[in-house]
Amino acid sequence: MSMEFILGHLNYWLFIVLMMIGFYIVVSRGNYIKKIVGLNVFQASVFMFYISISNVTGGTAPIFPVDMNIDPDVIYSNPLPHVLILTAIVVGVATTSLGLALIVRIREEYGTIEEEDILEMDSAAQASENLKEGSSMGGRA
Amino acid sequence: MSSSPEQTALTIIDQLPVLTVVVPMLAAPLCVLFGNRHIAWIITFLASLLSFLFAFHMLFQVLDGDVLSYHLGGWAPPLGIEYRIDAANAFVLLLISGISTVVLPYARKSIEHEIKKVSHTLFYCCYLLCFTGLLGMVATGDAFNIFVFLEISSLSTYVLIAMGAERDRRALTSAYDYLILGTIGATFFVIGIGFLYMATGTLNLADLNVRMAGMEDNRTIQAAFAFIIVGMGLKAAIYPLHLWLPSAYTYAPSVVTIFLAATATKAAIYVLLRFMFSVFQPDFIFELNTLTWIIMPLAIVAMFAASLIAVFQTNLKRLLAYSSVAQVGYMILGMGLASTTGLTATIVHLFNHGITKAVLFMVVGAFVMRTGSSFAKHLTGLGKQMPLTCGAFVIGGLSLIGVPGTAGFISKWVLIDAAFQQDLWWLALLIVASSLLAVIYVWKMVEVLYMQPAPEGVIVKDVPISMLVPMWLMAIACIYFGLDTDLTLTSARVAAEGLLAGGSN
Repeated sequence: MSMEFILGHLNYWLFIVLMMIGFYIVVSRGNYIKKIVGLNVFQASVFMFYISISNVTGGTAPIFPVDMNIDPDVIYSNPLPHVLILTAIVVGVATTSLGLALIVRIREEYGTIEEEDILEMDSAAQASENLKEGSSMGGRA
Repeated sequence: MSSSPEQTALTIIDQLPVLTVVVPMLAAPLCVLFGNRHIAWIITFLASLLSFLFAFHMLFQVLDGDVLSYHLGGWAPPLGIEYRIDAANAFVLLLISGISTVVLPYARKSIEHEIKKVSHTLFYCCYLLCFTGLLGMVATGDAFNIFVFLEISSLSTYVLIAMGAERDRRALTSAYDYLILGTIGATFFVIGIGFLYMATGTLNLADLNVRMAGMEDNRTIQAAFAFIIVGMGLKAAIYPLHLWLPSAYTYAPSVVTIFLAATATKAAIYVLLRFMFSVFQPDFIFELNTLTWIIMPLAIVAMFAASLIAVFQTNLKRLLAYSSVAQVGYMILGMGLASTTGLTATIVHLFNHGITKAVLFMVVGAFVMRTGSSFAKHLTGLGKQMPLTCGAFVIGGLSLIGVPGTAGFISKWVLIDAAFQQDLWWLALLIVASSLLAVIYVWKMVEVLYMQPAPEGVIVKDVPISMLVPMWLMAIACIYFGLDTDLTLTSARVAAEGLLAGGSN
C-alpha cells in the first residue's frame, strides 16, 4: 500500500474511522443518551462520505452566476449529494429528537437511563411474569 | 416516456401512482389540525380507502406486464424522481392499503381500550405517516426516495410502538431498541446507495440496472450490495437481524402490531426483491453466492429456530411474533432460489402471510380487549365464550400452518414447486417439516381456547361487531385466496417475471 494510495483515499479513511467510532459508542455504552450520541457520530460519518464524493478536482461551489452567463471553463462540484445529505440531516435530527423524547419517557417510567439497570428491571418483570403465567423462552431478545 | 408536450395534460388516472402516496401524507397533518379523534378517524379511513382504490385500479392497469411511470414535477428520469409501478409494487401496494383499510374500523374500538383518548388524534396521524412511508417505499423508483420513505415509516413506527407504554412500560425500551437498530439499518442502506451513486452516477433504479451491466467485478458495487442487503435485511427481520421484532410486536398496541406484522416487513422484503433482481442481477457471481450461501441457509435456520422458539411461548403475541420471523424465512427462501417460481412463491407468501397474520393478531387484540391479557393462562376456555373470535383464530391458524383450502397452503405449494424445479427435494422436506412446528404452536393455542375449562365465574362477551367484521373479512380472505388463486398467483407471476426482467422493460 503506497503512501499515494493512503493519501489519495484520505476521505474514505476518515469516513471509516468516524463510522467505527460512532458504531463502537452505540454498541459499547450503556447510557441511552451516549448511545444516541454515538448514533449521531455514525450518521455524521455518512454525511461526510456523501459530501466528499461529490467533490470534483478543481471544482468550485455549484452556484451559477446571477446573470446566468455560465462560463463553460468553470468546473462545478456535483450538487446532488449535497441535496441528498440535506434530507438525510433532517432525518437524523428527527431520529435524535425522537430518541431523546423516548429517553425522557423511559426515565419517567424506570427512573434510570442506564441499560444495565433497565435490563435488570425488565428481566425481573419477565421472571415474575413467568412465575405467574408459566415459563416461556426468550426474554427481551 | 420522455417529457413530451402531452405530459401537461395528465388525467387523474395518470396521477394515481403519486396520489396513492400523497393522499395519506396530506391527510396526516389534517388529522392534527382538526384535533378531534372522531374526525381524525374518518380522515384516516377515507385516505386509506382512497389509496386502496387507487392501488386496485393500478394493479389492473399493470397486470398485462405494463409499467406505469410517473415523473415527479415533470422532470424526466433518470434526472427526476420517477414513480414506477409494475405488477410487483402494485400488488404490494394493494396488500398494504387493503390491510390498512380493513384494520382501521377495528382500530377504533381497540385503541379506546389501550390508548388514552387524548392521544387518539396523534395516533391516527402517526398511523397515516407510517402508512405513507410504507406506500412510498414501494411505489418509488428512486433509490434515495426509498430511504426517505423508509425513515418516514420507521420514525412513526417507533412512536406507535412506544404508545403501548400505557399497558406495559417495556414498550418504551423496545421502541428505543428498535430506534437504534432501525437507524443503523437505514444508515447502512444510505451508505449502500452512496456507493451505487459513486459507481454509476445515478439513483434511478431502472437506470442503475442499465449502467451496472458489466461492472460485476467492481468492488464499489459489491460493497454497495452488502450494505443494502444488511440494511434492508434489518428492516425485513431476516433471521439474525430480527432481534427488535418480538419485543416490538409484543408491547405495541394491538392495532399497531396487526398493521406492522401484516405490512411493514413486507414492504422491506419488496425493496430487497427489487434490489436483488431488478437493480443487481442474479447472474452477478457475488449475488448468486450470497443467495445460495447466505440467504438460503439463513432462511432455513429462521424457519426452524424461530418456529421452535414460538412453540415455547406462553404470551400469544410473542408467539405470533416469532412465527412472523419464521414466515419471513419462507419469503427469503423463495428469494434464494432465484427462479421465477421461487419469486412467485415469495410474492404470494408476502400477500397470504399478510392476511393470515392480520387475522391472528386481530384475534389477539380482541382477547386483550376482553381479558386484559394475551397470556395463554388467561385465555382458557374462551372458545365457548367468544365463539366468533376463536373461530377466526382457527381459520388463521390453519392458514399459518398451510392446510389445503387456505391461503397459506398456496404459497407453500408454490415454494415446494420451486424447490422441486431445481431438484432440491430435501428443501421441500424441510419446508414441510418446519410447517409441522407451526402445527404444534397453533394446536397449543387451540387446545387452550377449546379444551381447557374456563375460569369459574368469569363471563366474557364476544367483541363488538366493528371488530368482528374486519376479523372475519380477513378470515374469509384467507379461505377465498386458498380456493380462488386467480388474482394472487397471476399477479405474483407477472410480478416475478417483471422483477427478473429487470429494467429492460
